[in-house]
Amino acid sequence: MGGIPDDALLGMRDVTMRYGSRTVIDAIRLAVKPREKLAIIGPSGSGKTTILRLAMGLERPTDGFIRIDGQYLWHVQRNGALAPAGEQQARRARRAVGMVFQQFNLFPHMTALQNVTEPLIHVLRVNKKEANDRATDLLTRVGLATHLDHRPAQLSGGQQQRVAIARSLALRPKLMLFDEVTSALDPELIGEVLNVIRDLAHTTSMAMMIVTHEITFAADIADRVIVFDHGRIVEEGAPDVVLRQPQSPRTQQFLKAILER
Amino acid sequence: MKTDQANPNLTDYLPLLFQGVPITLEVTFAATALLVVSGFVFGLGRGSKNRLIRWPAGFVVEVLRGSSAIAQLFWAFYVLPYLGINLEPFTAGIMVLGLNGGAYFSEVVRAAFASVPKGQTEAAIALNLSAWFRLRRIILPQALPIMVPPFGNALIDMLKFTALLSLVTIQELAYRADAIRSVLADAAPVYSLTLLIYFAMALTLSLGVQWLERLVNRWGGRTAAGSNQRAASGVPRWAFGR
Repeated sequence: MGGIPDDALLGMRDVTMRYGSRTVIDAIRLAVKPREKLAIIGPSGSGKTTILRLAMGLERPTDGFIRIDGQYLWHVQRNGALAPAGEQQARRARRAVGMVFQQFNLFPHMTALQNVTEPLIHVLRVNKKEANDRATDLLTRVGLATHLDHRPAQLSGGQQQRVAIARSLALRPKLMLFDEVTSALDPELIGEVLNVIRDLAHTTSMAMMIVTHEITFAADIADRVIVFDHGRIVEEGAPDVVLRQPQSPRTQQFLKAILER
Repeated sequence: MKTDQANPNLTDYLPLLFQGVPITLEVTFAATALLVVSGFVFGLGRGSKNRLIRWPAGFVVEVLRGSSAIAQLFWAFYVLPYLGINLEPFTAGIMVLGLNGGAYFSEVVRAAFASVPKGQTEAAIALNLSAWFRLRRIILPQALPIMVPPFGNALIDMLKFTALLSLVTIQELAYRADAIRSVLADAAPVYSLTLLIYFAMALTLSLGVQWLERLVNRWGGRTAAGSNQRAASGVPRWAFGR
């Protein structure tokens, strides 16, 4: 139904996003399979961050349909047709998705541990002890076992971003969205964050959508790369093809600009 | 307030004067409570995305801010009864002062909420936390510490504004001071003493606000920020002899 492949974990059909007269996302069709690691690249302002925000349900598209793990984000199926729905339905669909932001967005008044336990306790209704155990495991996994009681202000950018990753993992999403997660970091802190994501990509079955300017990283972990420009997908395919022998002039231009940085 | 003495003395009237203190404080606290509640209602109303909420809230705030508090007080006291609404002087006074303060405080509330980065709400939505949880555990703990220093100013302003209520028969401190002055030969002692009493009350309230600031900062996780925040609360540090 809705022209989205049945096996898609995330499906978008003719999704358009306009702000006033500006079209940021232009009739996008996109499907992400379970387990798939999808890298999204493109010049700034091309709409790649917006596509993640739409997938997370942070923005409501002007037009089109988004389905996540069998649930439409902003529609419900009624008598075989799709009827617009509100926040309640969106919350249901968001359950399968997690997101890590460029600016970390940790809760500054909570410790690293609390940042991870709060969603466990209040969304998954896990009891406090169990939540503490799980959160400690997750933070250990991202290399922060010794920083559980630190507040975000006491952590480096790289450490904060790793807490943010652990926090998103806590809800066991089927799809993780990474929005330029290293762009706000000092260069020497980028590696530790990329390593955590690389490890997740190789060891978990989570699907991922990764917006990044780290081309080698994208080539390393992605099953597929899509290139955005002016709210449209200008090229997509295997990383070896898209990143090494791009066909579209826009992609060639963009990669050239990045590599000559 | 007649006396048989040829030369009435201030000390004879001290109990009468000091009986005004609890009345002044009572009105201050009641009106400040209303200030906080109406400040949140107006402030959140003006920040609402819904025009049907935003516009009326803006209108009420502009009317309250844009006309004289004394005129409003007289209006509540003398005009409302003609409309069939008979308020006790206390109720009328508290409502006028509280809503007036709330109109000003609404800007503080609005600005404090607006100062919490949008990313906080977005992260909470991405974690599927409920709207109520987001407000109570994510947004408020970050917005409240910003409101406390201006709240301290508003509280002390309120203390001083209660003197307006002497104009509508409420026998608070200023009313009593004036009444006592009218039977004394010399105005200086009673008015000087009244100044000192107001100052002592204001200082006490300031200390209370400092305590509140520490409490709220701890809740908002800003223990380290507490020290540089303190400079922003109304009374200078030298006033506390530290």
